[in-house]
Amino acid sequence: METVLATSLDEALDALTADPGATVLAGGTDLMVSVAYGDLRPSSVVSVRRIPDLHRLDDSFVGAAVTWAELERGPWPAFAEAARTAGSPQIRAVGTLGGNLGTASPAGDGLPFLAAIDAEVVLVSRAGTRSLPWHEFITGPKSTALGAGEIILGASIPPISGKQAFAKVGARSAMAISIASACLLRDDAGSTRIALGSVGPKPMRARRAEEMISAEHSPSSAAIDEFARLVTEEVTPIDDHRSTAAYRRHAAGVISRRLLERCLP
Amino acid sequence: MTTRVDAPIDIAGGIGQSIRRPDGIPKLRGEFDYSSDLHANHMLWGATLRSPHPRALIAGIDISAALAIPGVAAVLTAEDVPGNPFFGQERQDQPVLAIDQVRFWGEAVAIVAAEDRETAQRAAAAISVEYEPLEPLVDAEEAWAAGEVYRQAEVITGDQGLRGDVVVEGTYETAAQDQAMLGTESGLAIPDGTGGVDLHVSTQWLHVDHRQVAACLGLDSDVVRMHLAGVGGAFGAREDLSLQVHLCMLALRTGRPVKMVYDRAESFAGHVHRHPAKMWFRHEADFEGNLVRVEARLVLDGGAYAETSGPVVANAAYFAVGPYRCPSVKVTGAAVRTNNPPNGAMRGFGAVQVCFGYEAQMDRLATALGMDSVEVRLRNALASGDRLATTTQTITGSLPTAEVIRSVAAMPLPDDLDTEDPRHLPGGTGLTTPASAIKRGVGFAVGFKNIAFAETFDDFAEVRVALADAGIEIRTAAAEVGQGMVTVLGQIARSTTGIARVEVIPASTTEIGSAGSTSASRQTQMTGGAVHEACKEVLSEALRRGGGDRLTDEGVWLGGDLVTPMGDLLADGAIEHHTRYRHPPTEAPDEHGHGNLHAGYAVSAHRAVVDVDVELGLVRVVQIDTAQDVGKALNPQSVLGQIEGGTLQGVGLAIMEELLLDDGIVRNATFTDYLIPTILDAPDVEAILIEDPEEWGPFGAKGMGELPTISSTPAVVAAIRAASGRDLTRAPVLPQDIAGIN
Ligand SMILES: Cc1cc2nc3c(=O)[nH]c(=O)nc-3n(C[C@H](O)[C@H](O)[C@H](O)COP(=O)(O)OP(=O)(O)OC[C@H]3O[C@@H](n4cnc5c(N)ncnc54)[C@H](O)[C@@H]3O)c2cc1C
Repeated sequence: METVLATSLDEALDALTADPGATVLAGGTDLMVSVAYGDLRPSSVVSVRRIPDLHRLDDSFVGAAVTWAELERGPWPAFAEAARTAGSPQIRAVGTLGGNLGTASPAGDGLPFLAAIDAEVVLVSRAGTRSLPWHEFITGPKSTALGAGEIILGASIPPISGKQAFAKVGARSAMAISIASACLLRDDAGSTRIALGSVGPKPMRARRAEEMISAEHSPSSAAIDEFARLVTEEVTPIDDHRSTAAYRRHAAGVISRRLLERCLP
Repeated sequence: MTTRVDAPIDIAGGIGQSIRRPDGIPKLRGEFDYSSDLHANHMLWGATLRSPHPRALIAGIDISAALAIPGVAAVLTAEDVPGNPFFGQERQDQPVLAIDQVRFWGEAVAIVAAEDRETAQRAAAAISVEYEPLEPLVDAEEAWAAGEVYRQAEVITGDQGLRGDVVVEGTYETAAQDQAMLGTESGLAIPDGTGGVDLHVSTQWLHVDHRQVAACLGLDSDVVRMHLAGVGGAFGAREDLSLQVHLCMLALRTGRPVKMVYDRAESFAGHVHRHPAKMWFRHEADFEGNLVRVEARLVLDGGAYAETSGPVVANAAYFAVGPYRCPSVKVTGAAVRTNNPPNGAMRGFGAVQVCFGYEAQMDRLATALGMDSVEVRLRNALASGDRLATTTQTITGSLPTAEVIRSVAAMPLPDDLDTEDPRHLPGGTGLTTPASAIKRGVGFAVGFKNIAFAETFDDFAEVRVALADAGIEIRTAAAEVGQGMVTVLGQIARSTTGIARVEVIPASTTEIGSAGSTSASRQTQMTGGAVHEACKEVLSEALRRGGGDRLTDEGVWLGGDLVTPMGDLLADGAIEHHTRYRHPPTEAPDEHGHGNLHAGYAVSAHRAVVDVDVELGLVRVVQIDTAQDVGKALNPQSVLGQIEGGTLQGVGLAIMEELLLDDGIVRNATFTDYLIPTILDAPDVEAILIEDPEEWGPFGAKGMGELPTISSTPAVVAAIRAASGRDLTRAPVLPQDIAGIN
């Protein structure tokens, strides 16, 4: 298969327009697994790692080619904690946020933070640039609104204050696919957001739990328990070969409670 | 125990020293040639079409679409098998390629050779097979009830009417475990142009493969030559044939070299796994804690073909009481035929499963008696001179059960929780677990197994040792699978002869007889024993010829004088000795399962310390302390390597490793979902080596490769029980089991 090593957005967009069967390649840590197992045979591959625009990383934007390793040292503590849990040092050195978004696995570890912070995904094509809220970009398990000829430029991150934390339950201490994960943000006024991964078809917010706990300035332990209970009600996990729905529901509640405790003064 | 052991010659690179392995640096650098790195000019690549069904009739196979793909050189099915259409180490019941029906998911149906790997794989996928799926038999109990039994092992010992004061009963389960050797099945077959073939392959036993391969090819055994290629781990996975016959068939048909390398997913279908087991035990003891009676009923799922199910279930039955004395025993074990993927050899070979059960029972007994669990074990500990509770065999070799238990119990416990680094907490970098959610638990277990082959098997190892200009040359067909055998053979040769320059030359099946399998913890004792014997002969011949009392690389010495320089000594040619070494003979069991069935035994103890987040069910194994009966540590570093690796393999079975089957279909045939411990899951391991010499083998050494795996799993699970207060009767223990969420 032909491979284009694009060094500019223009070059990449040209290559994608020229071959409708082309696939974007970033770190390849998802894509090459699909190729190796014969699930995917792209007619051509457009590598985007050399495109400078995709490497932007500042207080309001994460370029698609930014790696887990870079996010570990990035400006958002919860995002850094999430990045630290991804794969192994080798995977973190090449795996990117754009690839995590492109794959849109319910277990994608970069996604709960984006969901909690209400990030927008910025897409670019020959037709121009558009921004989609995270929940419109991720349309289901491993499916996105990415159009033909489109490239993920990155995610724009709204400003945030207060505390934030991430937690992930896996079946071993490293190189573990998330069984349940969560990211919690709480500002000084108590306004709280919580997003969860691996407990539904796509990353989700537990809105009722958020609403309930945001009204509590210094929550009692009963209120904290109630928050966790609401989370377990809102999640929609399944049984599969990695875990059971019942355990995922339970774990979602436990880590939500513990995350909240980590973010209380 | 008093065993006379030959005094080793004091020499650099001799026994007792942790000398470097010749393959160590090349392996670290990525320069070592594994069987998957083999290459020949004009070679083709092979691929295998496998059954998607656990059980189905084959109504027809159409290979025309595959043959039509450019670059495809051959597509072969059962009709093309030239000789015996079946293979099997114990029983020839497995078709080389499926004949009219498939009996497990992943069974080989057709093979292809093509110009490159991808074309071969595409061609395999293009073969059209008309299956008529049948209801698979996947439940081991149902299979037993239906009489689908490979072997039923019965042991009845002592007065069956004896009863204890305290009775504990339990049902336990262990999952199917994969060997997860890092090198998948691979090899290269090269036709010789005159009807014969050279097969370079990674295996554990060249000669037993060779016998089966020649029979399946319908060729005389001398025109099929097998050569050991670089082996990337084994653990039992390479005891039964995988691609050996397929490669030779394709090479002979096309007249060109053919290479095959399984990918990880295919490897899961391409080799046997550890038998999953369901076990019931009842232990009875008197008020002092002396075992009075043990009853056990064991069901091991053998899967679709016999493989080594027979000896595995025999081991399970013979070791079902563990290293303990007990006057009254009744054990019934069966390995049954189902439509699950075949199970067979894996490190510990039947002893692993029962140890999980009997050690949990010993803990329950201690609780019921209000006794310390170490004390209960010590009270019943088997020793040299005792009779084995099951077979009644008198143990004549060393067996320091009490010593391994006492040694571990006396080791210091690790420090308190380190909460600074999240990697040291349950959940690791997932940051799931605050220190306040953690409970520490300690668990203890003792493991026991025989060494080498049993039950009348004519177990021998051949070597040829020559003292030549280059030093000592050792020719052997024994498989170095990564365990360090080549290194230890050299050490034995140095300490026996006094010659420093030693080379171990891997031999093919045409050059030397069998060394037996690299399994059953046997090569150091067996091929090592053969090297020791042959070297002694070479030494005495050299001293006789040279007229002296000491040999070195310079020649033969008498007192302080070099009386015959090496050149003169070898003027008439090399000094050679060829040996076939055997261990003491073993007997067949009588109708009660009694007899002198085994050649020797070893014992080990593990103590595991775990930190558990009980609410989430997450475990961090903090430290494992172990003591093992090794006879004599010929290479302490290698021994520790086996102990650490084997212990970790046991940790894997304790908390994560499980081949998931859904109606006969494997659900996790990748390393994405079949999880083995990473370095962050690996506990610190502290080991004490107990050196009580064995009665046969080189310098008192005992085989020790399997023991570290046996008691590791029950120790870890016992520790999790202690931390969580839950029963936990199944390995692996999953987070939901600990959290109590079902
Ligand atoms: C051993 C291993 C461990 C792993 N562990 C984890 C883990 O713990 N947590 C986790 O979340 N993931 C994990 N992954 C999955 C993977 O590493 C991540 O999803 C990673 O973020 C993918 O990034 P990549 O750059 O490698 O993507 P690629 O594989 O290059 O691409 C993935 C998909 O995204 C598309 N894509 C990539 N970039 C763009 C772009 N700019 N525009 C449009 N489409 C794009 C590709 O076309 C492809 O469909 C693991 C993978 C492996 C192999």
